[in-house]
Amino acid sequence: MDWYFIIFSVVKIALVIGVLHAIAAYAVLAERKISAWIQDRVGPNRVAPPFVKYIPVLGPILTRWGIFQPLADGLKFMLKEDFTPAGVRKMYFWLAPALAIIPSMLVIAVIPFGSQMGHQKMVIADLNVGILYTFGIVSLGVYGIVLAGYAANSKYPFLGGIRSSAQMISYEISMGMSVIPVFLIAGNLNLSQVITWQTTHGWLVMYAPLSFIIFIVASFAETNRTPFDLPEAETELVGGYHTEYSSMKFALFFLAEYSNMTATAGMMVTLFFGGWTLPFCGLDQPATSLGIGLAQILIFLVKICVLLTVFIWVRWMFPRFRYDQLMDLGWRRFVPLALVNILITAVWLWIRS
Amino acid sequence: MEQINNLVSGGAVEDILFYVFAALTLLCAVLVVANPFSRNPVTSAMFLVLTIISMSGLFLLLHAFFLAAVQILVYAGAVIVLFIFVIMLLDLKEEQRRKIKFFGLAAGLVSVGIVVSIFIKSLASIKPNAAPPMLEGETYALGKLLFTQYTLPFEIVSVLLLVAMIGVILLSKKKLE
Repeated sequence: MDWYFIIFSVVKIALVIGVLHAIAAYAVLAERKISAWIQDRVGPNRVAPPFVKYIPVLGPILTRWGIFQPLADGLKFMLKEDFTPAGVRKMYFWLAPALAIIPSMLVIAVIPFGSQMGHQKMVIADLNVGILYTFGIVSLGVYGIVLAGYAANSKYPFLGGIRSSAQMISYEISMGMSVIPVFLIAGNLNLSQVITWQTTHGWLVMYAPLSFIIFIVASFAETNRTPFDLPEAETELVGGYHTEYSSMKFALFFLAEYSNMTATAGMMVTLFFGGWTLPFCGLDQPATSLGIGLAQILIFLVKICVLLTVFIWVRWMFPRFRYDQLMDLGWRRFVPLALVNILITAVWLWIRS
Repeated sequence: MEQINNLVSGGAVEDILFYVFAALTLLCAVLVVANPFSRNPVTSAMFLVLTIISMSGLFLLLHAFFLAAVQILVYAGAVIVLFIFVIMLLDLKEEQRRKIKFFGLAAGLVSVGIVVSIFIKSLASIKPNAAPPMLEGETYALGKLLFTQYTLPFEIVSVLLLVAMIGVILLSKKKLE
């Protein structure tokens, strides 16, 4: 640990958080475009800064794709009136958005997003207990939502908060148990080691497909996405936990949802799809040149984008679960399934050894 | 530059972090039970979360990564969320200041006395300048200990939890009949 370590860590943290938020902003655009496509609409196709229309060919195309929409959205969030309703519990009303966004940024710290550039490993913290850290931080994410519901001091946000606390605790259990087979097979809790294992044996999704299915469904529930978006179910709870929020405070909840999605996608890429590796052209070995290092980071980002598309796709294809169906699915289907999955994997490994 | 290097590698940062986390743990723990600004149960629960997080910071400084992660995962992430869940559902009003009863006071003092005596005894058994415990790569070591040397206590604890779980199911199902 020395001076350079601190400088490089700060640079890496700044870059990762910057990229994370850029992905989150454009995931919102992707969400709107894909939903429009699924529902046979056009989606955002108007917003552009004034000078863009003078660019020939490229200008109109970029405008039609809605590339500038996130900028307009961000500006709107910042310029709107930050309204605090009279009845709220002030302290928690301010605290809740911060508590929602902090865990979503902390989770990304242990995920390796590339092999190395020069002598710097492309991961912020190469922990021995990487996955446990992730689950610990993810489990703190529930406070933002619960306290938002409590702070608003009104009926619908409160119900949303209560629902989310029950939902997130329930699905954390099946999520935690679903990855145990992965670590039984890979034999290490360190995420970099899990990726190294996958370069020699092939992607883990082939060894533990059931784990992947449980994990992806549980992560829909953890990030409060449809079909499990009961904390904000707008048809029954107005807007759920963030009903009373406006302007930047609302934007923080919004951003937290999308950065959580991105972080979860990163987690799935690392655990099941070989992280920053591709099994050809020598892209599965630690990079020796700057170009390959960058290419591997790009591979990681592309994999994340594919999974984000799946998240968005699912949201617009399925109706919302009823609350009792959600609990039934979590406790009576997924928990036993995950337990059986652990047992089968353990027996298989025992027979093979 | 050289001086900062020496300071960082000489463990000064870890010392500072220890005092920060220790002070935070104590402060938040006091605020859980005796908060002069608020008698709101939710506030107490949130300070309990802060206590647990700063305690896991202390575990990190001891290189006990597994313990730190599990501490946050189990206590901050699940147990206290359930506390808050129950507090919110019961809709507790702000706690009133109660008169201190003699029996409660005596029982409290006895239990504090017992804890303090255990604390002093274990502090006295520590040798100064002992080598720091090597806990790196400890998930493996911990798992091995749990399933060899400490199998019986481990299993007994799990049976205890199972009994508690069955008890809750029995109590909550009774009314339905």
